[in-house]
Amino acid sequence: MVERKIRVLIAKPGLDGHDRGAKVVARSLRDAGMEVIYTGLRQTPEMIADAALQEDVDAVGLSILSGAHMALVPRVLELLESNQQQHVRVFIGGIIPDEDVPHLRDMGVVGVYGPGTLTDQIISDIRQSVSGAAVT
Amino acid sequence: MSLAEAVLEGNRLALSRLLTHIENDTADGRAALEKLFSQTGRAHLIGVTGAPGTGKSSLVNQLAMSYRKPPDGESPRRVGVVAVDPSSPFTGGAILGDRVRMRDLAGDSGVFIRSMASRGSLGGLASTTSSMVQALDAAGYEIILIETVGAGQAEVDIARLAHTTIVVEAPGLGDEIQAIKAGILEIADILVVNKADRPGVENTERALRNMLQLSHPVQRVFHHHGRMLPTTEPGKLEDEPSMWHTPVLRTVSTEGIGITAVKAEIARHFQYLQESGDWQRRERDRLESELNDLLQAALLSRWRDSITSERYLRVVSSLVERQINPWRALDLLMNGDQQ
Repeated sequence: MVERKIRVLIAKPGLDGHDRGAKVVARSLRDAGMEVIYTGLRQTPEMIADAALQEDVDAVGLSILSGAHMALVPRVLELLESNQQQHVRVFIGGIIPDEDVPHLRDMGVVGVYGPGTLTDQIISDIRQSVSGAAVT
Repeated sequence: MSLAEAVLEGNRLALSRLLTHIENDTADGRAALEKLFSQTGRAHLIGVTGAPGTGKSSLVNQLAMSYRKPPDGESPRRVGVVAVDPSSPFTGGAILGDRVRMRDLAGDSGVFIRSMASRGSLGGLASTTSSMVQALDAAGYEIILIETVGAGQAEVDIARLAHTTIVVEAPGLGDEIQAIKAGILEIADILVVNKADRPGVENTERALRNMLQLSHPVQRVFHHHGRMLPTTEPGKLEDEPSMWHTPVLRTVSTEGIGITAVKAEIARHFQYLQESGDWQRRERDRLESELNDLLQAALLSRWRDSITSERYLRVVSSLVERQINPWRALDLLMNGDQQ
């Protein structure tokens, strides 16, 4: 039995084309020893949930800078649930107004990371939330 | 219901979980694979390899699409994809980015794509890739495309796993000397010059064709950990008309150009494998080499259990201090020679 790797899907739903932040996060998770499935730009919630299912990930990171998070995030969560992947932890990065953060957390989002977040913070949050939910 | 039963019933989540179990080599994974093994051996395993940036993922994407939406008269095939990317040698982490080029396949329930990290293996695949492929095979995927890590010259494990190996080249990567070296080009059943809209495509194609002319078709002989495993007497087969001649094809996979021809050659190769008996031969080689790998790992771990780590470390320090050479160290460790 080998050490269990944390697998994370990093996706950019919606139509904005700025993926620098997503790539920075993907790279830091890689450097923290995680396996990061990077899916690229302009993913629909359906594509993201489908990829999360096939890849059996522990967490999904969504990068959203378009302001459409209140529409996209619930949809992704709903699809994960209908695929019986409630255990998958969802975190968000990008431009998210402060007043939306509590709503997102209520939906079940485990972390919301704006500009200036230290990647160490994201790494330790993922490690912590995933270890509590491991199913294997 | 057991994991294996759920996989056979077509449950995608179960398949996905099973692949994780296999990748982590768990007891559950081994148990499920044992149940599924009799259901394997039906899929056509197609390897896609080549240097980084030659367009392997795009080619896999196009091939999968074309198996899903074939021209009139053919029925769509269920397609599994296993895409391997390298793990960092320092942190063990990995970026698995092959899905970026496969977005056209999203939302199709007849396609299952799984990315995996090489986790320290050096042959272009991960050590569990062949078991992952078995699981997809048992789950009823008829065509399984296996994309290796961006391979250099010697990452040839794929030839042992796949029935048909496609080596992808692109213009401008090397001269004729590269083309006559041993290694990756030798394992090609089909050579694809991708990015054929780029300058230099004629030179690349010519170099590959010249390379193929210099080589006369020989029966494949696999090396296993440096040891040759001959499958049949080579000399006899040279003049046989039924020998496979590796075709060289041009594609522009981002635009889907040339894909039909690649698919036609894959079908022709499949037929050749069936008619020549090579299919059975390759199956045998593959299973035998898989068994050998397991045997090696098991012997190693049995040996590890048999000696204390103090003794091992003592021998290593004598080695580092150059009191003994590596061969002498081996002798000490293997033969239980206490100093």
